[in-house]
Amino acid sequence: MEMTGAEMLLEALAREGVEVIFGIPGGANLPIYDTFPKFYPRIRHYLARHEQGAAHAADGYARVTGKVGVCMATSGPGATNLVTGIANAWMDSVPIVAITGSVIRPLIGRDAFQEADITGITIPITKHNYLILDVNDIPRIVREAFYIARTGRPGPVLIDIPRDVQQERGEFYWPERVELRGYRPPIYPDPDAVAKAAQLIYESERPLILAGHGVIISQAFYELQELAEKANVPVITTLLGISGFPPHHPLYLGMPGMHGMHWNNLAISEADLLIGIGMRFDDRVTGRLKDFAPKAKIIHIEVDPAEVGKNVRPAVALVGDARICLQHLNRLVQRRERPDWFAHLDELKREHPSLAYPTETEEILPQYVIDQIYELTGGEAYYVTGVGQHQMWSAQYFRGKKPNSLITSGGLGTMGFEVPAAVGVQVAKPGEMVWAICGDGGFQMTLQELGMVAEYGLPVKFAIINNGHHGMVRQWQSLFYRGNLVASPLQNPDFVKIAEAYGILGLRATRREEVVPTLQRALEHPGAVVIDFQVKEDENCFPMVPPGASLQETIGLPKEYIELVRRRQEVEVSR
Amino acid sequence: MKDQRRYHTIIALVEDRPGVLNRIASKWRQRGFNIESLAVGHSETPGLSRMTLVVDASHDADQVVKQLDKLIDVVDIRDVSNEDIVAREMALIKVRCDAGNRSHIIEIVDIFRANIIDVSPESVIVEVTGDEGKIDAMFELLKDYGVIEMVRTGRVAMLRGAAASHPIEEEGYERYPGQETW
Ligand SMILES: Cc1ncc(C[n+]2csc(CCOP(=O)(O)OP(=O)(O)O)c2C)c(N)n1
Ligand SMILES: [Mg+2]
Repeated sequence: MEMTGAEMLLEALAREGVEVIFGIPGGANLPIYDTFPKFYPRIRHYLARHEQGAAHAADGYARVTGKVGVCMATSGPGATNLVTGIANAWMDSVPIVAITGSVIRPLIGRDAFQEADITGITIPITKHNYLILDVNDIPRIVREAFYIARTGRPGPVLIDIPRDVQQERGEFYWPERVELRGYRPPIYPDPDAVAKAAQLIYESERPLILAGHGVIISQAFYELQELAEKANVPVITTLLGISGFPPHHPLYLGMPGMHGMHWNNLAISEADLLIGIGMRFDDRVTGRLKDFAPKAKIIHIEVDPAEVGKNVRPAVALVGDARICLQHLNRLVQRRERPDWFAHLDELKREHPSLAYPTETEEILPQYVIDQIYELTGGEAYYVTGVGQHQMWSAQYFRGKKPNSLITSGGLGTMGFEVPAAVGVQVAKPGEMVWAICGDGGFQMTLQELGMVAEYGLPVKFAIINNGHHGMVRQWQSLFYRGNLVASPLQNPDFVKIAEAYGILGLRATRREEVVPTLQRALEHPGAVVIDFQVKEDENCFPMVPPGASLQETIGLPKEYIELVRRRQEVEVSR
Repeated sequence: MKDQRRYHTIIALVEDRPGVLNRIASKWRQRGFNIESLAVGHSETPGLSRMTLVVDASHDADQVVKQLDKLIDVVDIRDVSNEDIVAREMALIKVRCDAGNRSHIIEIVDIFRANIIDVSPESVIVEVTGDEGKIDAMFELLKDYGVIEMVRTGRVAMLRGAAASHPIEEEGYERYPGQETW
């Protein structure tokens, strides 16, 4: 069939199952925008207010659907504005396809108006990228791009299409299959390695599972639980692994690492076996690498061969899809009772409480707001966070009931992720509750995406944990820079008025007893809500592994907080 | 002279497409791999180029191979340092000389089984092929006459015997259920 390049692109996207595109038009992609009406409602376009927002929205959409998210921008500044969003998807292995218009072919390489070498710029932050110079290549390249983005270790792919290619006519040919001789992601683990892993697990007296994003990406929820229960091994989840394992499960231990549970950091240091599943032993997890898990052998289950042996040397590696690897492994693992290990873990938990905060305050504690969000939503929502202290508390206190319901920027730590990612999540899950737990700093980086919230009637609830600071920066400055608070205090606008300016309900809470009623009001309101929670300004997030320190050197909760836990324990015992 | 054991020889089959070198260079730069030399040219198969990389083994050569293998344009890549290979490099060396000492240079050239490929009243260009040690040795001898400049290709390497360095697997894509699995 003959069509224009723009039509070919949208036809190919539709065939790939794309229903939603987040983007912003401009001179170099107008032929595509001109063609959108023909494809409506098969493909719906959401107009972002900044291309970074479009990319994060596609990212959020992809994380909760497992489908490839699509974002679109014009050449030059439009394309470069996508870069943060693409890098974020790259670091967190999120499948997105970014489509940029580019200057017409005769002008490429001539510093034309709004020309940027976006394929050059994005080489280090994409799995692959394409500059399409022949209109007839469009369907094949779209197919390849989607295949690359979602298979193996997923990630972003960028397609750059000059405007004249979009306008040119060509023959639409849809290839039956993708042929990429240089791309063969592993899927099935080596059977010998599986057998050896099962043996190591059985022999281990003090094993721990470290489950990461790979569990969620490969949807290995059931298999992970089966492994944990069948082999009788406790489960720790990394930041991005949270919601890959039920938080209320008796084998669940929470998050490790820089702001992880103190007991986990100590347990990792004592374990004789770590089973890393779909995680990459990131420095935020390991602390000082040379002192990480000194007594443990490591089993690494990972789809990206380059991650195996990158940071730690595993005794056995199962290289393949996490879910398939676990299916194979689960057939061989055997139960073993480990009463001493479990008793010891219980003792570590008792000795080093990591979840506690004073509740009888007049001020609002940020932990309290987050805790109450989980409480009052019954864990039934999707929870999206920004980056900073509120993110770490959201991870620590996580009590979501849905698999894959914590959406957060891990690898890149991108402030401003929260607002647009929540938009993407809500677009993907129209009937579901979406809560964005925002920093007052991060919210201001992308709050213009409230424009999408208002325009498309998305009922996202935004809880701004307003501590009047770049809280995490303030924490580092107060702990490691002699309290020299340079550029961490924020002079904030009136967030309620900002919400109202977008036609969104704005609420505010300034005292502790207002928190619950305000959350209830937000829950009752059918549409979007922005809540300004004015919280204690100088609350620090603990436990904490100081930068460069080992997990053994974790700083626990403040003494007064631990006292609170002790008193509560005593009350319980005396009952 | 370089200690050969400190270097890894890696050979790769890559798509012959614009931007491939850029992608490879980007990985080196980002990951801080020190590339000693890189030689690239067409392979026996149209559309594919073959590369020989020599990397400083103070790096984890395994990471170099795996990171480069992640590139879609890298069809196959392997570290052949511990295999039975032949490895050669070519150099062109422009040496200052005149009628008086030209015969001395020719003697050296003959001993090394090198060639003189250009002669002018004040210089000759010597072409020499061999392993890096031979080229280094020759350079040392010619230095005394005044080397104007030298250009080297970097190492190219190949397995000995009839084995192909990159047996292309025909099944490729089919081995991976792909679409359905994910
Ligand atoms: C885009 C970006 N810029 C800067 C940083 C560095 N940074 C990390 S946390 C943080 C402060 C976050 O402040 P806020 O959003 O208010 O969250 P809080 O820590 O106060 O909860 C900053 C500036 C970052 N992670 N991302
Ligand atoms: Mg803040």
